[in-house]
Amino acid sequence: MTGPVLELNRINKRFGALVANDDVSFQLGQGEILALLGENGAGKTTLMNIIFGHYTADSGEVRVNGRLLSPGQPRAAIAAGVGMVHQHFTLAGNLTVLDNIIIGSEPLLRPDSRRHEADAKIRNLSRTFGLPVDPAARVGDLSVGERQRVEILKALYRDSRILILDEPTAVLARPEAEQLFKTLKGMTANGLSIIFISHKLHEVMAASSRVVVLRGGRVVAERATQTTSAAELAEVMVGRSVKRPTREPHASGRPVIAASDLCVSQAHGAGLDGATFEVREGEILGIVGVSGNGQAALGRVLSGVAHASAGELTFQGEDITRLSPRGLIRRGIGRIPEDRHAEGVIGDLAVWENAVLERLDSSVYSSWGFIRRTESRSFAAGLISRFDIRGATPATRTRQLSGGNMQKLILGRNLATAPKFILANQPTRGLDEGAIAAVHAELLAARSAGAAILLISEDLDEAVALSDRIQAIVKGRLSRPVVAGEADARMLGLMMAGVWEENHAV
Amino acid sequence: MQFERRADVSVTLLVVAPLAAITVALLLCAGLIAAAGVSPITAYGEMLRGALGSRLSITETLTRAIPLIFTGLAAAVAFRARVWNIGGEGQFYIGALVTAGLGHSLFASLPAPIAISLLLAVSAICGALLLMAPVALRLRFGVDEVVVTLLMNFIVLLFVGLMVEGPLKDPMAFGWPQSVPVDPSLRLPRLVPRTRLHIGLLVALVAALTVWIVQARTVFGTEMRAAGLSPRAAAFAGIPLPRILMSVAFLSGGLAALAGSVEVLGPTGYVTTTMSPGFGYAGIVVAMLAALHPAGVVAAAIFIATVFVGADAMSRATGVPSFIADVIMSVSLLAMLTALLFTTYRIKR
Repeated sequence: MTGPVLELNRINKRFGALVANDDVSFQLGQGEILALLGENGAGKTTLMNIIFGHYTADSGEVRVNGRLLSPGQPRAAIAAGVGMVHQHFTLAGNLTVLDNIIIGSEPLLRPDSRRHEADAKIRNLSRTFGLPVDPAARVGDLSVGERQRVEILKALYRDSRILILDEPTAVLARPEAEQLFKTLKGMTANGLSIIFISHKLHEVMAASSRVVVLRGGRVVAERATQTTSAAELAEVMVGRSVKRPTREPHASGRPVIAASDLCVSQAHGAGLDGATFEVREGEILGIVGVSGNGQAALGRVLSGVAHASAGELTFQGEDITRLSPRGLIRRGIGRIPEDRHAEGVIGDLAVWENAVLERLDSSVYSSWGFIRRTESRSFAAGLISRFDIRGATPATRTRQLSGGNMQKLILGRNLATAPKFILANQPTRGLDEGAIAAVHAELLAARSAGAAILLISEDLDEAVALSDRIQAIVKGRLSRPVVAGEADARMLGLMMAGVWEENHAV
Repeated sequence: MQFERRADVSVTLLVVAPLAAITVALLLCAGLIAAAGVSPITAYGEMLRGALGSRLSITETLTRAIPLIFTGLAAAVAFRARVWNIGGEGQFYIGALVTAGLGHSLFASLPAPIAISLLLAVSAICGALLLMAPVALRLRFGVDEVVVTLLMNFIVLLFVGLMVEGPLKDPMAFGWPQSVPVDPSLRLPRLVPRTRLHIGLLVALVAALTVWIVQARTVFGTEMRAAGLSPRAAAFAGIPLPRILMSVAFLSGGLAALAGSVEVLGPTGYVTTTMSPGFGYAGIVVAMLAALHPAGVVAAAIFIATVFVGADAMSRATGVPSFIADVIMSVSLLAMLTALLFTTYRIKR
């Protein structure tokens, strides 16, 4: 047996008081897919950045094929055959695939860039490793999955033998993610060794051969994937046993919100094309679908930042099709936005300011145009204790909160007023297990209290676990609803592929 | 070398940053003064003496700071909401022109306090409209307000030239292109007898305090900051962006016009096309040095005024051209922009 291709020995890294990596050691074997599992903030990304030379470790060493890698130099890592695919792509949208791949790896001041050779090499790589992409295409025109392939090709083009992928499925829809893992398996057969970072248990179980679990910067477990289970991994990852809450069946009441034939046209991506649905008191309606099929447009219309060009939206009998966000808020509609950083909170404002931002015009939090600071702060303090928002005081800058705690703040400011309808758009995207369980529990509690909830989710497990009824969204059209308990994965898969339309078209 | 965002920005850092920027600027300009053959210590000494060395020079410096406080507040208010008002100079001249035009005859029959208040209000509204137009263009058509407000400065200045050569020309001015003076009863009272310092200083300080209270304590202030920090999140939270930005334009344009109005009612009494040594543009520097804080605006305005008044004295005493004041101001701005980078980011190793 040959030695490990990559070896980490007692890596330590601190940022001020924060210990990001605490005495981390592990090895990567030839042809292995190693999953690095851990919650947000467990130190996974820091560790990979140390391997790749973006950060310098305070102590410890990295060895590639037994040779010491000089720290703090990405070029040394590349030369040693280590390639990294970042979570956020580093591609120039206005250049071609070819340009993006060769940029940085060819000498700057040479007139005759060897484009033909490069083109041939890329085509060869993409054939060998099963990464179909057209080198002449403009990156801006590619789908997210294709862009990721370009990123991988970029690493392979530089003759990487060890590939590190940081949260590779964060931006991918399920089928694309499955395709990616199939590709990765094929690549190990060609002699590559792969580390992928993840906090999703099911993909770790499905795709890896070995798992290293990080918690609080330390390695807390190392297992061969075959000898462990998702439940065991969840427990060591979180440090306690976390169970997602389950939905208790109960009868739903009168319809609260109803949409008929909503249409929205969008410049980019799918809009809505005659969407019809109804959500009742104490009911969660799940909208599932492959990303980019009109979920964004639906979310925008229901949160009031865009208006339908045709069709009608009624809330408790009142037409709310053309209401502004403020109009919706005043009527008791809670909205959890898809992108919590861009729409949910303003990072540079204090937690208390974000807590009351939607209700500045209410006489509870302002009078005569002046903000009632005492009331606002105590409202925020109440949210912090009731919704267990960690690491926050009312005066904390919101940017300092973790994603999960930010989401709890957004949930809290919506739920505190007992809304009758809640739009929950991808409420757990990017959150870790503990935070997901907390968000699910809050949504189910709101449901028990009689709220109507529309859940837009690309996570099928989540949609099935929470929803009473499910509709699939395909190219801006909604399927007929199915009762969640009666739908199996195959049926939902067919619905998400748009198969229902053929059934009804006849 | 890479930059990473600081998790939190301490108040100390926000106070130290402008002081450090000014120190760096003065050190760099010391090199230029030395190159002109004068000891920087002597030169800066003359500058300080000229600006703050006597009762008269202090009042002169404060008089100079008054329009800078107004234009600085105008820029600070606008920038806070990411309305890039580069048109402070034009709004200044509109304020001055309206005040001179109406103050000559129209309001002279009213009691002075009422007439002065009316003049200030009407001038402010005219300046406000001058900025609301480009902001409306941005909201409606996506026109870049930086270009529009900047270019409008020249149009306004040429218009003022047209007026002081034509309808508003003072027949008693021996052919000089200046407007007829405002009625003497409407001139602002002196704060200190036998100096040029007038009660416009108090008006400016009240304006700064008002802006501070509005920004920190009111719903409008919070909405305005939210709109500047993240327009998308603000819109999602139900803040009506167009209305907020138009209100900001009203406030900012009005403040800049007040600078011109107060300058006419105070020291000059009439309008010329050379009455502003770039008060509008200097307001941008003042706002940046103040890190957009109203209290900082007052301090930064006094600093810039000190440099300009002191530079004249230094120039007379040492022969270093008074243009050094412009250089100090510009280098301070550049140093401050660099310092602001370090208050938000730190170097990552």
